[in-house]
Amino acid sequence: MRTPLLFLNVIIIATCGLIYELLAATVSSYVLGDSVTQFSFIIGVYLSAMGLGSYLSRFVEKRVAEKFIDIELAVAVIGGFSAPLLFLTFAYVSYFSIVLYTMVFAIGVLVGLEIPLLMRILKDELDFKELVSRVLALDYVGALVASLLFPIFLVPKLGLNRTSLLFGMLNAGVGLWATWLLAPLVSDRKLLFLRIKGSIVLVLLAIAMIKADRLTTLAEDGLFMDNIVYAKSSSYQRIVVTKGKTGHALFLNGNLQFNSFDEYRYHEALVHPAFAAHGGDAKRVLVLGGGDGLALREILKYRSVEKVQLVDLDPAMTGLPKAFPPLAELNHHSYDDPRVSVTNGDAFVWLDQTETEPFDIAIVDFPDPNNFALGKLYSTRFYTLLKKKLTPDAAVVIQCTSPLIARRSYWSIIKTLEAAGFSVKPYQTTVPSFGVWGYALAKTQPFDIPKHPVTGIDLKFLNDNSFASMFEFPTDMTMPDEEIEINRLDNQALVRYYETEWRRFE
Amino acid sequence: MNLSRRELLTTFLGAPIALAACRNAPVKFPDGEIVGQSVSLGHIIREGRAFEVPADNWRSVKIGIIGGGVAGLSAAWKLRKLGVEDVVLLELEKEAGGTSISGNGQPVGYPWGAHYLPVPFRENLELIEVLDEMSLLDGRTNDGDLVVKEQFLCRDPEERVFYKGRWYDGLYLHAGESEDDKRQLAEFQKIVDTWVNWRDSRGRRAFVVPSINCSDDVEVIGLDKLSFAEWLRQNGFTSERLIWYCDYACRDDYGLKLEQTSAWAGLFYFCSRVRKSGGESQPFITFPEGNGKFVHHLAESVSDKILRSHMVVSVVPNEKGVDVICLADGQIRGFHCEKVIYASPVFTAPYVIRGFADDAPFAANEFQHNSWFVANLFLKDRPKPRFARDFPLAWDNVLYESPSLGYVNATHQKGIDYGPAIWTYYYPMCHEENGRTKLFNYTWRDLADVCMTDLARAHPDIYELTNRIDIMRWGHAMISPRPGFIWGEQRQKALEPFRNIHFAHTDLSGIALFEEAFYHGVSAATEINRQKHDR
Repeated sequence: MRTPLLFLNVIIIATCGLIYELLAATVSSYVLGDSVTQFSFIIGVYLSAMGLGSYLSRFVEKRVAEKFIDIELAVAVIGGFSAPLLFLTFAYVSYFSIVLYTMVFAIGVLVGLEIPLLMRILKDELDFKELVSRVLALDYVGALVASLLFPIFLVPKLGLNRTSLLFGMLNAGVGLWATWLLAPLVSDRKLLFLRIKGSIVLVLLAIAMIKADRLTTLAEDGLFMDNIVYAKSSSYQRIVVTKGKTGHALFLNGNLQFNSFDEYRYHEALVHPAFAAHGGDAKRVLVLGGGDGLALREILKYRSVEKVQLVDLDPAMTGLPKAFPPLAELNHHSYDDPRVSVTNGDAFVWLDQTETEPFDIAIVDFPDPNNFALGKLYSTRFYTLLKKKLTPDAAVVIQCTSPLIARRSYWSIIKTLEAAGFSVKPYQTTVPSFGVWGYALAKTQPFDIPKHPVTGIDLKFLNDNSFASMFEFPTDMTMPDEEIEINRLDNQALVRYYETEWRRFE
Repeated sequence: MNLSRRELLTTFLGAPIALAACRNAPVKFPDGEIVGQSVSLGHIIREGRAFEVPADNWRSVKIGIIGGGVAGLSAAWKLRKLGVEDVVLLELEKEAGGTSISGNGQPVGYPWGAHYLPVPFRENLELIEVLDEMSLLDGRTNDGDLVVKEQFLCRDPEERVFYKGRWYDGLYLHAGESEDDKRQLAEFQKIVDTWVNWRDSRGRRAFVVPSINCSDDVEVIGLDKLSFAEWLRQNGFTSERLIWYCDYACRDDYGLKLEQTSAWAGLFYFCSRVRKSGGESQPFITFPEGNGKFVHHLAESVSDKILRSHMVVSVVPNEKGVDVICLADGQIRGFHCEKVIYASPVFTAPYVIRGFADDAPFAANEFQHNSWFVANLFLKDRPKPRFARDFPLAWDNVLYESPSLGYVNATHQKGIDYGPAIWTYYYPMCHEENGRTKLFNYTWRDLADVCMTDLARAHPDIYELTNRIDIMRWGHAMISPRPGFIWGEQRQKALEPFRNIHFAHTDLSGIALFEEAFYHGVSAATEINRQKHDR
């Protein structure tokens, strides 16, 4: 038997053990929030489970070496798959905490068994004094290695899933390697069996490692600053709501949609200029996108409005206020208003295929054009279809991404609207959680910039002065000198502008 | 080896997780069937049986058009424009449309064959007239070039290519190209540019659609003597991805491999749709149902002339004109025609036209066709991208390491990006010896397997997502522009009428294109009408 090599195993085992603990704590504080609580609970459960494991080691009487290898492989499987499994569990089942603590407990027990068993294997080779000092010292060295590697290298470079799978493979490697180191202590028949088992575990982990890309996109699309309080994957997107000091924030595929502390700035600026430009009593309003119901809240402030038709792709989004009541509170239960009708569908297809009476106001509030499926919703074709759904003096507002960060994208949308035959007044405002944000106010006929919002509407952000100032553009956001392309279905110029402009910040 | 229950459990603890991570095993195989073409029917004419028409079943008509593909429909369309109304068009199948037919589906229609038309040059007036009728145009630019309505131009992203597990933007594979690859591509594009600019002493282009307007200068037609593969070799092109790109072009447009295609035809593909050197290729006009939209429009405009399920079995030229005999509803019918426009594949002429074989004006057997199968997959949903950065589903989706041409997504043009989709998968049989015989020996399941296993490499979940896969076999899909054919004398001779029979088919161009078929249909109609007035 090669004792020094077994000591190397101790370091690896110890490193792995601590890594699993850190992983569980990180994943749970990442998805559940409140990291102090999570770390504290996980460490507590883990250490106590280790204690139980150590205690249970006394019941292992015969074939210690064989049991040790088995345990290594079991740790490899459970520990190795722990992070991906936790992420998947969180995404798809409701009893996440049960899975989390069961898993932490199981890993703890198994890791607790490792060192006592290993010490018993080594007891015939060394003095007790020597044994205890060496094994425990190396155990703590392993812990140090793990705690340094984890935040500095593993999480930033590999991510949580790959780290988990990598250390599972290390664990399995130790187990497999031990079949050679401890060969004299195990019967030949068992040895072969253990080796096959070890290889299977190693291969499974390796397969998962190769497929980790998919697990990662599933789980780690965005690292959120705040605690996640709601998460759901619909057929179209991943919906995540976080809660932090400033309030709730909604993310779609990791992109911020609003933060409750300043969303009123965004939504007042989105809705009220359209009503101001319309001038008369707007009766019929069309909302494209805007499934959070916050634009609805602003629209419903107008008594003249008789009907609001909202078209949003994702039923999970329009159903969010029901599924997550704080949002219903934020949008003043706008979906419960009898004037509102909801259709779930792609707005492009809806405009193309649906016969409706014309609308006086249209509010177009889509996610930024970061893919081709969204890019078509900002094309000349789309705006031409929209125009056909409007009354002659209708007013339209379109959210147009940030003219500061994505200047060419912003002006491409403005030019596209003009190419589709709209008269356009660009405007912008500041929404702290987004930055400087851009909109387009458009009508089918030439018109003057409205001077102030409609009087008698309860507003938190807009007044006559701030309203007028939105239509002024500082020099760094005006139309660039270069030729800006119009976004057509057959060139999707906007998606390409958007990608290059926003990629600078990734 | 004895495994206790406990050992077994611990061994396979990881298995369910691993299985969940790689669900590659086909869970079910979709339903479907072979659809279309009356193969056995078509082969009856080869038996040379005698057909006696009952006296009551004769009808006299000025012009008989045989075949309701693009050429036949275009001829009928043009005759109506010219005010010639005494016309009958005899179509073998239940629907006219030839290789441009399409199917009706949900949420959109889908093609069974040709599926796009490059925007014609402004000089192609008659074809533009069709586009105008169909209200596809917004107008003209100041230069007179066409402005096609946005919704009919192929929506971006147009193409993507799958290579070693990932999807990339475009058709030419840029990922991983070497400096030498880049240099060779630039060099190739330079040659294409030279040909785009090239004009002969009479000011004609080397390559232009319709091909009748191409220069017959020896410098150009010399290219027809060698294969495109040989031409690439002679010009020092060795870049694997460039050669793949050219091979794909040949398979896509001609159903032939690089070595089987004439270099003239190869360069025609790259040069004929570029207006000015360095310019973009003409954009594509497309619809969910592909060119089915065009043939539907043409067929509608002459619907009162078309007799469907009429199989022409004998065409007999005589002193007064041409007698056409056909089988329909189990009866034998005859038409005394003054003139006939023979708008069927040219190779059928000796079997159908009485007296053709005895005194053959040209060798019809040199008009060789290749065969294809086309599969339509009805998906309940789209495959999930395997990598976050994978290039998304495009209109045309090509697999680099596949003998197929990949698939076209029918819902793309309508802006339908979620939910059920219809994919049309194209497979030319050019890699097979006796491709046609093999094609008809394969069962639906054999062909469906070819398609599904091919697609599964890029989309492991395709089996679960496909509700249905229908397949159409095209025994005589396209004329083959093999070296020597296009500028050979047999094709030239076929442009001349045989007694009162005028040939009109894309075969006469040696390349299978909508524009070529249209040209031959329209010019046969024009020619017959001119003769009538001359008399």
